Amino acid sequence: MTETVPQALRAEALESLLVEKGLLDPATVDQVIVQYNERVGPMNGARVVAKAWTNPEFRKRLLADGTSAIAELDLEGAQTEKLVVVENTSDVHNLVVCTLCSCYPWAVLGLPPKWYKDPAYRSRVVREPRRVLEEFGVALAADKAIRVWDSSAEVRYMVLPEPPADAGSLSEAALAKRATRDSMIGVEIL
Amino acid sequence: MVNGEVVFDAPWQGRVFGMAKSLADAGLYTWDEFRACLIAEVARWEAQSQGEYPYYELFLGALEEVLAQKGAVEPAQLIARFEAFQSRPHGHDH
Repeated sequence: MTETVPQALRAEALESLLVEKGLLDPATVDQVIVQYNERVGPMNGARVVAKAWTNPEFRKRLLADGTSAIAELDLEGAQTEKLVVVENTSDVHNLVVCTLCSCYPWAVLGLPPKWYKDPAYRSRVVREPRRVLEEFGVALAADKAIRVWDSSAEVRYMVLPEPPADAGSLSEAALAKRATRDSMIGVEIL
Repeated sequence: MVNGEVVFDAPWQGRVFGMAKSLADAGLYTWDEFRACLIAEVARWEAQSQGEYPYYELFLGALEEVLAQKGAVEPAQLIARFEAFQSRPHGHDH
């Protein structure tokens, strides 16, 4: 199929064949779309982050076993069967990528943004993370270490960002509003 | 819309994602098998092309490939169906 092929028609042709063969129910496709348009997204990861900021025991569990910890918040599912949460500290800044395609922890962050899937981000963040971060507006101290985590077939990563300066005065719910998607990938400091 | 961003640029992308996920959930292939095809599509595009990155086209290509590998949808059938749809009269709603 060439670049001039209308993709909508290509997708429709495939779906019609799958339905005819009894392999697919279009209503199931509808449900997946609604789920990912409305319920699966970074607001889930934000709840995890806010809880980790306010509950030190939960934070320890989260860093030890991300999958089990997020299950405490009824978060689980596709692409997040093995979740590792990496913590930003005063010494280390973490950054997540999938160099080969677009692997991403859906259960906590939803579907990835375009720039995350883009060849430029995927190759450059491994080669020149500091420069990429600067382009995102993140300027780190020169002696701060950067760790880049490349998602594999097995593992998905999420960053636990450092809390914002005024975190002490905020409720857990208010903190959840402050934890952004980009900070959980590692391209934003709060 | 999630995080203030549109998840899919066009309805067909949602259909493609929804198909890929539901078929994996139904056990036609594992997500790793699909992922291997996506990695190959991505690598092929990166070796040959530049410009706007057509992610969901590659995703759809990977889905077609894994379904062909499983014998679920033969490429010839898909092409025939596509051509039949192409010659539908104007005004058909996609």
